[in-house]
Amino acid sequence: MRGTARTVAVAAMSAFALLAAGCGSGDSGGDQSSAAGGKTGGEITVRGCNPENPLIPSNTTETCGGNVIDAIFSKLVHYDAETAKPTNDLAESIDTTDNQNFTVKLKTGRKFHDGTDIKAKNFVDAWNYAAYGPNGQSSGYFMEPIEGFGDTQCTGEGDDPCAGAGVPKAKTLTGLKVVDDTTFTIKTTEKVSNLPVRLGYSAFSPLPDAFFTDPKAFGDKPIGSGPYKLDAWNKEQSIVLSKFADYKGDFGGKVDKITFKIYQQSDAAYNDVIANNLDITDEIPTSALIDEKYKQDLPDRNAEKETGVIQTVTFAPTKVDPNYADPKIRHAISMAIDRDTIVKQIFNGTRQPATGWVSPVVDGYKADQCGEWCKYDPTKAKALLQEAGGFKGSKITLSYNADAAHKDWTEATCNSIKQALGVECVATGVVDFATFRTEIGERKMKGMFRTGWQMDYPSIENFLAPIFKTGASSNDGDYSNPAFDKLLSEAAAEQDAAAANAKYQEAEALLAVDMPAIPMWYGKTTMGWSDKVTGVKITAFGTIDFTSVSVK
Amino acid sequence: MGTYIIRRILQMIPVVLGATFLIFAMVFALPGDPVAGKCGERPCSPAYRAAYIQKYNLDKPLPVQYGKYVLNLAKGDLGTTSNNIPVADQLKLRVPVTAKLALMSVIIEAGIGILAGVVTGIRRGGFLDNLILVSTLVLISIPIFVIGYVAQLYLGVKLGWFEVTVTSSTPSVYQLLLPAIVLGSVSVAYVARLMRTNLVENLRADYVRTAVAKGLTKRRAIGLHALRNSLIPVVTFIGFDFGALLGGAVVTEGIFNIPGIGGYVFRAIRARDGASVVGAVTLLVIVYLVANLLVDLLYGLLDPRISHE
Repeated sequence: MRGTARTVAVAAMSAFALLAAGCGSGDSGGDQSSAAGGKTGGEITVRGCNPENPLIPSNTTETCGGNVIDAIFSKLVHYDAETAKPTNDLAESIDTTDNQNFTVKLKTGRKFHDGTDIKAKNFVDAWNYAAYGPNGQSSGYFMEPIEGFGDTQCTGEGDDPCAGAGVPKAKTLTGLKVVDDTTFTIKTTEKVSNLPVRLGYSAFSPLPDAFFTDPKAFGDKPIGSGPYKLDAWNKEQSIVLSKFADYKGDFGGKVDKITFKIYQQSDAAYNDVIANNLDITDEIPTSALIDEKYKQDLPDRNAEKETGVIQTVTFAPTKVDPNYADPKIRHAISMAIDRDTIVKQIFNGTRQPATGWVSPVVDGYKADQCGEWCKYDPTKAKALLQEAGGFKGSKITLSYNADAAHKDWTEATCNSIKQALGVECVATGVVDFATFRTEIGERKMKGMFRTGWQMDYPSIENFLAPIFKTGASSNDGDYSNPAFDKLLSEAAAEQDAAAANAKYQEAEALLAVDMPAIPMWYGKTTMGWSDKVTGVKITAFGTIDFTSVSVK
Repeated sequence: MGTYIIRRILQMIPVVLGATFLIFAMVFALPGDPVAGKCGERPCSPAYRAAYIQKYNLDKPLPVQYGKYVLNLAKGDLGTTSNNIPVADQLKLRVPVTAKLALMSVIIEAGIGILAGVVTGIRRGGFLDNLILVSTLVLISIPIFVIGYVAQLYLGVKLGWFEVTVTSSTPSVYQLLLPAIVLGSVSVAYVARLMRTNLVENLRADYVRTAVAKGLTKRRAIGLHALRNSLIPVVTFIGFDFGALLGGAVVTEGIFNIPGIGGYVFRAIRARDGASVVGAVTLLVIVYLVANLLVDLLYGLLDPRISHE
């Protein structure tokens, strides 16, 4: 999950933390530079980081590689930079009558960077490759809704489930059929109302025939389908993209060449922007966030925007830690957290206090779903706690991974809880992200722990189903509510997007009753740029919008 | 002399092997799941996990993993990093950068440090002596990242005398000058103080008095006799420091975004990237051993009484 993996980047290496980048004043996107002006051509340099995996769309789940993949691959749909609304890109049309059988028609004349046509089979082959277990693709799970996904997965036990009898029954997804060069059909296992919205994620990129003959070489120098092609990847130093001359789509860029310069620290990148050695940094270091120093350093050359990232605090499953089972206790803890002050004091205003479980940037967002439970009210919190019979355990714990910048806010949160409820609260650091996630995954972690989520596609569904549906892959608190699950299935069956969203919103409202996780705040991205470029915009994903940026 | 060098080189073999094993075992012993961080806030898919674990032999016991590593090493294959880049390629790119940086740093620290030490040693108690004593004290007490950031902000960003960051695997001497000064700054202080103390001590020694009494000029007595003897501890320090600078340039490399070995090891440790850590650290061990051998040989030149026959 690229989104989540962005959060990983955060968690795993604080230096590259994207979340930590958020910053700036209250209004979101208010001072984005205007797209007007700026000529076509020229070259720009932007801050980059090291891709964790070969540059294959279905195996790139983190922001460092994701930023590059996004620029060099066109997908069936393109998300609008400002509203995140999907519009057809490679697709001429995506039709369905029952939310289960989809017919995709492709535009003609679109080409891969090696000059071959983008055909229906390029999608089907790519998706089959992503899904097939032994290929070990990290975003293979995106294919899960497609019929036949289960048969493409390894069934063995232990460290190598693909060995011996564990080999998958099928190599391809039965739900994908090529009709002709420009048409293919998708059949899903269950009804999925927002499938077209998902198809803009990079895991659904088409792959040229060249990929299948030599995936390893491809991973080093991918042949994409987008407005930019990759010229060179100088490992751990830079990634160079240039404009693809044969690009026929509507979402091309203005500049001729984009160089991702790889930085180890955001401070170095920031100083380079001030000195005009680097054009855009998508991360402002903490040192420049204090007192909004970056606004003096880069006057009119900065922008901030909320992103599809949410920070939550999840309660351990009841069977692991029964002390938090009563929703009243959960509500009391949530109401004891002074989000506004923490955001101001710890994050210099670079987060937006959350009022629900869904990021404001997505389609279907409804404000204030958490209601009074997410508003700071120490008196009421204490009353609620007493009503619930007090806290049974000796102390409340809030665990975090100590290898990223989470110590300050978890401690501040704990202090807030301690002062409001009069119960001891301790922020507990776990040595690193890997250990942290292992403990959560094995259901060994008690108390509360921090969880984050960055969307994969801009839909309210992405903030609910993968995290709170019974048995979902990121359901760290083992939340299970039949009514919630039922609403999600109903929403998935809705023909009308608005009706589907209404169901999802109903489901979200149930979370306020059960409180499986406490919403803390939404992420913001802050960028700064040199005086050589103009038209810098931030997408809903917190990335640079390469369609609008240009050289002055 | 020749046998001495050969003996020392032979001694290095068990040291290097032992070091690789120790480092390998330490990386192996790191707690947690090496795959967990690679797929975000959610657990990796079983398929990805299986493929990754198999690729890096992570399910095998330590002796098997180490055995495979050494076998590959014997074939000249240092393995790949956790993000699939050959370790050997990275080392080839990065070592020259750090070596250049460390060498420039050592030249700066030796040049300025010894000069300052001699000047203050000869005229101890004077204004210059006090000035250098105080300024070296200040240098020693300021952490290197403070010096680095301040130098970068004022000399790089504000005044524009130096480039703000390096970001190149073939940096010019000029590009590396500011980082090298920053990196060497603390060592300069140590070298100056070490040099001064030793010189002061040796100037009081009987043999210097004898040399002067014999009719040698003061300049010759100091330059030929006192200085040479005083240099022994300084050379020991510089030899040790060269090794330390190679591995310890993490902070400086980070500030100036120099694609060197320090940042590489740092990143690899955080990502539990065994192959990178072992490869890079083994290389550092070898450099360290060679630097120390050179220092030992220099002793013989500085003081004929120390013989390696």
